[in-house]
Amino acid sequence: MEHIVSVQFDYYLGLIVLFPLLGAIINGVAGPKLPRRFVHWIGCSAIGLSFVFTALSVHGLYLNAHEGDHGPVYGSIVYDAYQWIYSGGMELDIAFILDPLSAVMLLVITGVGLLIHIYSVGYMKEESGVWRYFCYLNLFCFAMLMLVLGKNMLVTFIGWEGVGLCSYLLIGYWYEDDSNAIAGQKAFIVNRVGDFAFLGGLFLLFYQAGTFDYVELYQYATTAETARLLAPVALPAAILIFIGCTGKSAQIPLYTWLPDAMAGPTPVSALIHAATMVTAGVFLIARLHFLFTFNPTIGYVVATIGTLTAFFAATIAVVQNDIKKVLAYSTISQLGYMFMAVGVGAFTAGIFHLMTHAFFKALLFLGSGSVIHAMGGTQDIREMGGLKEWMPYTEKTFLIACLAISGFPLFAGFFSKDLILWNALTNVHILSVPEAASSATIATLINSTSPVIESGGAVDVTTWASAFHWGFYLMGVLTAGLTAFYMFRLYFLTFRGECRADEETREHLHESPPSMTLPLCALAFLSLFGGWTGWPHFIPKGVPKWLGFGGHGHGGHGAPEYLDWMLGFEHWLDEAFVLSTSHRFAPLFGSHPYTQELIATSVSVAVALSGIGAAWAIYLKNPGLPKEIADSVRGLYDVLMNKYYVDEVYNRVFVQGSVKIGSFMHTFDEVVIDGVLVDGLAWFVEQLGKILRHLQSGNVQRYATYIVLGIVLFALAIRYYQYF
Amino acid sequence: MADPTAILGTMTALGAALPSASSFPWLTVITFGPLIGILALMLIPRDQTDLLRNTALLCTLGVFVVSLGVLVHFDPSVVAESGQVFAFQLTDGPVEWIPALGIHYYLGVDGISLWLVLLTTFLGPIVIYSTYSSVDEHVKEYMICLLFLQIGMVGALVSLDVFLFYIFWEMMLIPMYLIIGVWGADQRIYAAVKFFVYTIVGSLLMLIGILYVYFETGGAGGGYSFMFTDLAAVDLTYNEQFWLFAAFFLAFAIKVPLVPFHTWLPRAHVQAPTAGSVILAGVLLKMGTYGMLRYAFPLFPRALKTFAPYIAIVATIGVVYGALMAMVQDNIKRLVAYSSISHLGFCVLGLISMTPQGLAGGMYVMLAHGISTGGLFLAVGILYERRHTKAIEAYGGVAKSMPIFSAMFMIVIFASAGLPGLNGFVGEFLSLLGTAKSHFLWFDQPLVFAPESVLDLSATSGEGGIAFGGAMQGLPVDGQVTPEMTAYLFALVAATGVIWAAGYLLWMWRRVMFGPLDKEENRNLSDLGVREILYMLPIVLMALFMGVYPKFFLSRMDPTLNDFLQHMKTEVEREIPKSETTQGDDPETVPPARGTVIVEEPNDAWVPDRPMFDEDIREADDEE
Amino acid sequence: MSWQPTLAHYLILAAGTFSIGLIGVMVRRNALILFMCIELMLNSVNLTFITFSQYRVDLDGQIFGFIVMAVAAAEAAVGLAIVLHIFRQNRSVNVDEVTELQQ
Repeated sequence: MEHIVSVQFDYYLGLIVLFPLLGAIINGVAGPKLPRRFVHWIGCSAIGLSFVFTALSVHGLYLNAHEGDHGPVYGSIVYDAYQWIYSGGMELDIAFILDPLSAVMLLVITGVGLLIHIYSVGYMKEESGVWRYFCYLNLFCFAMLMLVLGKNMLVTFIGWEGVGLCSYLLIGYWYEDDSNAIAGQKAFIVNRVGDFAFLGGLFLLFYQAGTFDYVELYQYATTAETARLLAPVALPAAILIFIGCTGKSAQIPLYTWLPDAMAGPTPVSALIHAATMVTAGVFLIARLHFLFTFNPTIGYVVATIGTLTAFFAATIAVVQNDIKKVLAYSTISQLGYMFMAVGVGAFTAGIFHLMTHAFFKALLFLGSGSVIHAMGGTQDIREMGGLKEWMPYTEKTFLIACLAISGFPLFAGFFSKDLILWNALTNVHILSVPEAASSATIATLINSTSPVIESGGAVDVTTWASAFHWGFYLMGVLTAGLTAFYMFRLYFLTFRGECRADEETREHLHESPPSMTLPLCALAFLSLFGGWTGWPHFIPKGVPKWLGFGGHGHGGHGAPEYLDWMLGFEHWLDEAFVLSTSHRFAPLFGSHPYTQELIATSVSVAVALSGIGAAWAIYLKNPGLPKEIADSVRGLYDVLMNKYYVDEVYNRVFVQGSVKIGSFMHTFDEVVIDGVLVDGLAWFVEQLGKILRHLQSGNVQRYATYIVLGIVLFALAIRYYQYF
Repeated sequence: MADPTAILGTMTALGAALPSASSFPWLTVITFGPLIGILALMLIPRDQTDLLRNTALLCTLGVFVVSLGVLVHFDPSVVAESGQVFAFQLTDGPVEWIPALGIHYYLGVDGISLWLVLLTTFLGPIVIYSTYSSVDEHVKEYMICLLFLQIGMVGALVSLDVFLFYIFWEMMLIPMYLIIGVWGADQRIYAAVKFFVYTIVGSLLMLIGILYVYFETGGAGGGYSFMFTDLAAVDLTYNEQFWLFAAFFLAFAIKVPLVPFHTWLPRAHVQAPTAGSVILAGVLLKMGTYGMLRYAFPLFPRALKTFAPYIAIVATIGVVYGALMAMVQDNIKRLVAYSSISHLGFCVLGLISMTPQGLAGGMYVMLAHGISTGGLFLAVGILYERRHTKAIEAYGGVAKSMPIFSAMFMIVIFASAGLPGLNGFVGEFLSLLGTAKSHFLWFDQPLVFAPESVLDLSATSGEGGIAFGGAMQGLPVDGQVTPEMTAYLFALVAATGVIWAAGYLLWMWRRVMFGPLDKEENRNLSDLGVREILYMLPIVLMALFMGVYPKFFLSRMDPTLNDFLQHMKTEVEREIPKSETTQGDDPETVPPARGTVIVEEPNDAWVPDRPMFDEDIREADDEE
Repeated sequence: MSWQPTLAHYLILAAGTFSIGLIGVMVRRNALILFMCIELMLNSVNLTFITFSQYRVDLDGQIFGFIVMAVAAAEAAVGLAIVLHIFRQNRSVNVDEVTELQQ
């Protein structure tokens, strides 16, 4: 990670963050007095300007590139806004960094964010007081941009908590309904649990490294002498930070807030709970990749949690009937994929999936919003069906998104998901070579991994590590099948077949206004072509070889340079994740890496297609079948329907538990501390006074007696002083 | 009759316009400024309530304006001379007050008291402005009480003579007692008496401690003296320090209050009128932590070393305990009161960690808590004025009927919950960060409860007798847990406070502000009036400013804290044999020996290039 | 040589009379007896003063003796007047029965 500072554009970074903040302030302070149109304009132009400056800065970063040893090096743009905290030699700046990683995130946030702002104008048409909504939405964008642009972990943490706040506010946007308010509260508190762990990790890292700065931390972790010092805290720190990520990104065990968060307005679900905020955990791990590859155990934990989450969330999604709940569980499941990717060290794949997921999941949510809008608020897919007729744009874009998420070839999800699955199978060097992590230079890495390569090849099923890899891969493929199944179940039940809505609703069915359909189309375009920056490696690398072409691209190993665009995404993030870029390492593993990839890809595509087929067969062909199946496995169905009862358990154990403890403590406080100890002392003094007051009878003679007694005692005391 | 407000106006204007730092007795004016108001109030007939209120408001506003002058003239780059603990500035005196007893009139500020003084003067006018609608009986006496209270608070903060400090310390007590006891709710007498007795017990212990140290000041350098610098110069044996620290600390722990000395606080808060609660939470509680930092810690550093881990345990318990208690309260004020206990646990934990970040964090928690909890109490007061109940279940859906209020209340709530970007976070974060890397919170000197070893004066004149007198059972012994890990565990347990804080505050918020507006009484609640906005807005803006630009505050307290740490480092390490350093290959990166105070090298970059205002403005002032 | 009383003898005599007076004050209830006991104590103190005055060849003690006698006289005058009044009211000089001021 070389850092070249281009001073030309640096203040753009400040502006990118500033615009949404200004928008939020203006709408928040003056909003109630402004006409609705102004509110819309302020809200959308704030994020729009951010998008423009993002594009300019990323372009600047691109132009900043120079040829390095292993391909183009983009460096980074750093903008130091001001010093935030100064205390005893510790300096914490509000500083921003734009490097290829944050550039991807920025484009997603501002781009998708802009589309969703525009969509919201139409969606929130009937709301009064929409200024509040746009204020929160802009504030969210501000916090999210802080999160991804932060140059040190504290700025990230500011954004991290800020997005939690906005999520809270937006989930509870319709706060008159108690259940919405509860959902928002739950989201915030569960996130706080994660934030607590995050803080714990921060403290550990700071304790050892003495800095929060990503660049300095990177140097600390990759310099041999200091890396040794980091070693003892790397595992606990990474695990704690990972717990923070599970909170924000809704992974096991802290995922329960996300389905409830669907209480918010649908565009909010699209922006916050699908495209941006929930991916913050993935981003953070990618940002701290040097820490998460430090110790193989960390990777196993992350990938295992990710895989399990992906699978279990998918099983829950299969039986949900609320259109947004299905999407919520689907989001959790897809986030699980991303964690699987970053767990096995495939950071590029994880970020790639993050990007494509942002496109198609935002599209799915916005599509569902369009449906809900048309249905007059109904979210139950059992009351929908056949909406294709009324809502052609929504239906078509929704179909594109479903194909994308299912991993249908050439759609965005296909590229990213297959990259993840392939990497899950082959990225053994991250998880089995501990030295790989602490030595960051490519040369030493290749040296340290070569024994592995020579001894066993890429996939050695006999070792423990590889068993894990096979597990990740197989679970991933299974989840891919489930994903295709439940997404097309949703699609068929919503848009195809008979319309099951009642007459009144049916009369009101209509296609949404252009302000809503245009973002849908834009996102559909992205869902179609957004993945074309990361083709499977066998196409640019393997195919030309078979066809007899050859060349010397950046990746070496015979890829012709003119096909480099096909791996554009990987090249873009190359320098950020030196350790884990597939185009560099895949050729080192095994003799036929691209054949493996081809096979892996084919398997997952086949599974996905069969999932679609199954959905078609069950929900479109035989509408009575689902009920029969549900009846035949009633027990399992109920467990899935109730989301494995995790919510109930959490509620019973943690929520009720702490309230119970609190009540007990309260009684303890009142009775023991205040009653027995404090008031008891007062009571004791009072009683003592009651006894002693008899001494003070007013009888002078008795007083005289006391005096005499006192004198006698003193005399004795003086006499026998030495014995005391 | 001459209009006293006009006189006051000119006086404060004069005070603000007076030129240079050295000649003008800033601190005397700030401390006794309210006295002018009290005199004016005495001349005003008691039935002219508006005039009474305006006079008091104007007086406190004037004091606040003058106190800004202190901020301007405060020079953060002044560091303590060698042998001194603190570098005091803008000093008034020392003037001999009672020469026979060595009592002086001596005022001064440093980076620690500066901000607390400003916090007090900042809250003063806000509090008085908030009482316009809430107190209608005995307005004259109420205003006099509030002004008197302010004299006591500022005086205790700026006095550098311990006797003077003690007088001011006790002076705070009486008006507060009256405020709770006269203008409070139903059970006011019980609460007021409990508050009074509890506090005075602590104070008397402290008085004994003060007198003990005072009588040690004699000897070589002539007569006895109550001056802080003279007290700090006294060389006490470890055993003396042990008991004196216990006496001082108990007094301050009751004031803070630390669990288990906290039970007066919820009662006092619930019974006190809004203004009383704001002052109590905003400033009075800080007197405890300020006292620790100013007196208990630097005067008895070696005893502190022994006590530190136990204090840290108590503070950590306080964080969690206060939060759990707050969770189950059904009275809003009581909830906020328990949240104070939780927050001040962070503060004490940070102070005790003896790291630069921990100290700065503890200080910042004090300030932030003063602002945000003050705001919370004001908000509760606003609700109370409308509905005359503090029960949470009486509300619901209030956000709908009071939008402006809900926006301000929310900012204050999140400030209190420690959201980054607002003031609460900075302090808690720094406290926990400092605690996590502290080497100070380690049980290498077990507290010995066996009386013979403590009372045996001859055996413990030096270090050895008590220090290793016998390990307590159940405590970690060498090699089991590293000292770093104990401190980190304290930080980790205390950090759960951020979860609890979100829990109880948001739960309360949801039940009060969100949900359906199903209670008829809440439907027509009027939103904030201009006056209410005017006194809530400074709180909200200050919460934002303190969260967005904490360096403004931190950089001005940093050198003082650094001096303090240097002092503690020399004192703690002076007679304790250097413990063996932990294993490490690289001498550069070996963590400091256990039980040390971490002093980080100062960095020149932090000193603000210029004071708060532009140089030329200041020069223009000088010429006048 | 004939026997001469020493300082100790005077002091022991004074202590003895003082003790008799003191015990009388503590145990008796009759106001007149109390007075007499107090007089006894005062006189024993006087005796001590004068003894020391003689012993130290210093007139201060004798002056004190006169002062004590004057005070004792004044006290007796006032006291007897009060006792007389009490007797007129209560037909008794038992001090335990004089409790009007206590209530």
